[in-house]
Amino acid sequence: MKLDAKIPTGPIAEKWDKHRFEMKLVNPANKRKYEIIVVGTGLAGGSASASLAELGYNVKTFCIQDSPRRAHSIAAQGGINASKNYQNDGDSDRRLFYDTVKGGDFRAREANVYRLAQLSGNIIDQCVAQGVPFAREYGGQLANRSFGGAQVSRTFYARGQTGQQLLLGAYSALSRQIAAGKVKMFPRREMLDIVVVDGKARGIVVRNLITGEIEKYAADAVVLATGGYANVFFLSTNAMASNVTATYRAYRRGAFFANPCFTQIHPTCIPVHGAYQSKLTLMSESLRNDGRVWVPKKPGDKRSPSQIPESERDYYLENKYPSFGNLVPRDVASRNAKEQCDIGKGVGETGLAVYLDFADAIKRDGRDVIAKKYGNLFQMYEKITAENPYETPMMIYPAVHYTMGGLWVDYNLMSTINGLFVLGEANFSDHGANRLGASALMQGLADGYFIIPYTIGGYLAANVKNDISTDHPAFKESTAGVESAVRRLLSIKGRRTVDDFHRHLGNILWEYCGMSRNDEGLKKARKLIQDLRGEFWENVLVPGSENDFNQSLEKAGRVADFLEFGELMVIDALARRESCGGHFNEGYQTEENEARRDDDNFCHVSAWEYTGEGEEPGLNKEQLVFENVKLTQRSYK
Amino acid sequence: MTKTLNLTLKVWRQKGPDSGGRLETYNAQNISTDMSFLEMIDVINEQLTIGGKEPIAFDNDCREGICGMCGAVVDGRAHGPEKGTTLCQLHMRHFSDGDTIVIEPWRSRAFKIIKDLVVDRSAFDKIIQAGGYVSVNTGGAPDANAIPISQDTAEKAMDAAACIGCGACVAACPNASAMLFTSAKISQLALLPQGRPEAAKRAIAMVRMMDELGFGNCTNERECEAECPKEISIVNIARMNREFFKAGFLSEVK
Repeated sequence: MKLDAKIPTGPIAEKWDKHRFEMKLVNPANKRKYEIIVVGTGLAGGSASASLAELGYNVKTFCIQDSPRRAHSIAAQGGINASKNYQNDGDSDRRLFYDTVKGGDFRAREANVYRLAQLSGNIIDQCVAQGVPFAREYGGQLANRSFGGAQVSRTFYARGQTGQQLLLGAYSALSRQIAAGKVKMFPRREMLDIVVVDGKARGIVVRNLITGEIEKYAADAVVLATGGYANVFFLSTNAMASNVTATYRAYRRGAFFANPCFTQIHPTCIPVHGAYQSKLTLMSESLRNDGRVWVPKKPGDKRSPSQIPESERDYYLENKYPSFGNLVPRDVASRNAKEQCDIGKGVGETGLAVYLDFADAIKRDGRDVIAKKYGNLFQMYEKITAENPYETPMMIYPAVHYTMGGLWVDYNLMSTINGLFVLGEANFSDHGANRLGASALMQGLADGYFIIPYTIGGYLAANVKNDISTDHPAFKESTAGVESAVRRLLSIKGRRTVDDFHRHLGNILWEYCGMSRNDEGLKKARKLIQDLRGEFWENVLVPGSENDFNQSLEKAGRVADFLEFGELMVIDALARRESCGGHFNEGYQTEENEARRDDDNFCHVSAWEYTGEGEEPGLNKEQLVFENVKLTQRSYK
Repeated sequence: MTKTLNLTLKVWRQKGPDSGGRLETYNAQNISTDMSFLEMIDVINEQLTIGGKEPIAFDNDCREGICGMCGAVVDGRAHGPEKGTTLCQLHMRHFSDGDTIVIEPWRSRAFKIIKDLVVDRSAFDKIIQAGGYVSVNTGGAPDANAIPISQDTAEKAMDAAACIGCGACVAACPNASAMLFTSAKISQLALLPQGRPEAAKRAIAMVRMMDELGFGNCTNERECEAECPKEISIVNIARMNREFFKAGFLSEVK
């Protein structure tokens, strides 16, 4: 199949404006005749639900948590980028666009990224109007800070809880529409299938997580905003319930999955401390504004940090990348931390950590200033590790944090299934092979507030409206499939728990498809995953019953999908015969151990097509055309 | 230093909203002091599952203290003994070898038990739906710097906005009052210029909804403030009361 990204023609700065003019509109009085389903209530899903309802559409919104306020966007800490240039430091739409394309190692679609930069300012305006309490300067103006991969200060923030405040803003807008009767909210529902009729997404099948009942809902279009798949690694910074199920099941119904091997390993997380560990905790990248990363110069130096004199410390990021220093992009910072630990310079009990030291910043600015900026992060660190970062350097290590890959979408954010739109982290579009800090919030809200309200109208107006009921045979077929899958999981009654399988899968992927990869390891991983999947279906133990609140059963369905999806990641990593951003294949590196791209052969998006149970997935390519930035070797020196 | 503990747990087990419940006893062996409280329950649940029993149902998600999904009453205290801490951020190093720990769900007329430690907090969503927003549609917002807001005001609004909606305030209050939760949202929006045009209407609608849903009243016990994992101050309740009275006496909103 030829992938058509439907990128508008014309100069890049005018594409979105032109496209908005050319799209058909749905008459205001007709909007109320349309039903739209939104799955997920993070920044993308919450803002989309509210904005679509404000326009007059009838929206049904679903989430797996008990309330739409709890989606994992809430945990984003550091900030949101916007090219406001309030600091007068040379920022512009073009610069934000350029930084994002370069930060993504030239594997994102130019037109989408430019639009994102153009919309970034509107997002800040919108959120301030909602009452989001962003940090302010004394004069009452909005404050900014710097983030990795940029040399301007364009990140807006609300202490270390920016994601929370933006999500509560979207949630408040959503709540207003629920009260107005324009959104019907379905919490504690998990989407288990997309219903496709005549090639169009026409509904979903969900499991009611309280009663266990399988429910079906029809609509004129379906919007997925179900987040990323980082939990395929078992240990990640994602919330426990984050999963790939909704997007994977859409993939099985015909939506292409793009660049699944592009995963982000975040450099500043609290190191792993035991085999029982259930998840990892991020320490915001904003800390790298003031914290200095270092390790002892001598491998195996086990002295406490205070006993290591200045002359015996290696501030390896500052030394290696003098112009960006501690603020290099995430993939670069992570790989360097791993490199230091691999040569024995790691610190802490496990040797799998580096220091992030605030001593100089505290000396320079005073403890109060640092506490005001990062107080809640320092407190969180102390709670988890029982160490006080004001007095002793933090210990950090990279952890899986975000997934750039996702369902393939065109410029309208529509997948390869007509009428199935995908927003936020669930799609693949804007971050290429590596996402810059403070850009996920920007993308989720741009998609939800400012893109989908237009593009869904264009789709609906261009198609003949025909109503469909959930009695249609496609809904029956889908429901039957979902029910039998649920029963199958409960019937195995094996000897290993769901978490046990999940942890095992995570170990395989972290080892062979994590921060650095090689062909031999990837091939091995593929076999290991296949074997593990085989064992899962014979030996998994899922307690309880189907018509009940059953958290083990919920997890089992998600892990079953991870076991298939994990293999797709490995297949994608093997097919991409280059290194770029978060995908680092040891066979393709520069003399300085940086990722070496192959623009002649791999300047494309790999979009995988489901071809049937146990079949090799099909590879479709979208060529990436760069007309506005020059492809270069990324350098942060 | 990492150590291990042996503990006795007494956990509330209840099949569904309408069935009776009771405390079941479990032995938790070799629990690392570096574990979080929820990781300790994970360990018990793995053992229960392997032993052919149903694991303990409990809500949790982000496990970093921000989503507000987790929560249980531990030894009579919402989110356990540590101040300013959600259950997921409570670590086992705060317990001693040989302790007996009692774990119960939030209890309130307005929060029905779904199963074991899981409760229905949808009443909180209904309070927000009654008016916890600024009525602004997407698009057309003025430039973000058009309304200067003093740093002090922004900080105060942020203090209130930090609420995670976990329900600990209700669970801790002898009256099962939701005043801290409701006042946090009313305060955030009352402090900011964007929230002023609807302040009167908001205060009356949200307070009315809170009462309708069966939450109790405030009698200044201050238990909510003591147990709030985000340390939201009861100053917000005072502000809510002022907003409510002002709205009742001085505005035309009824």
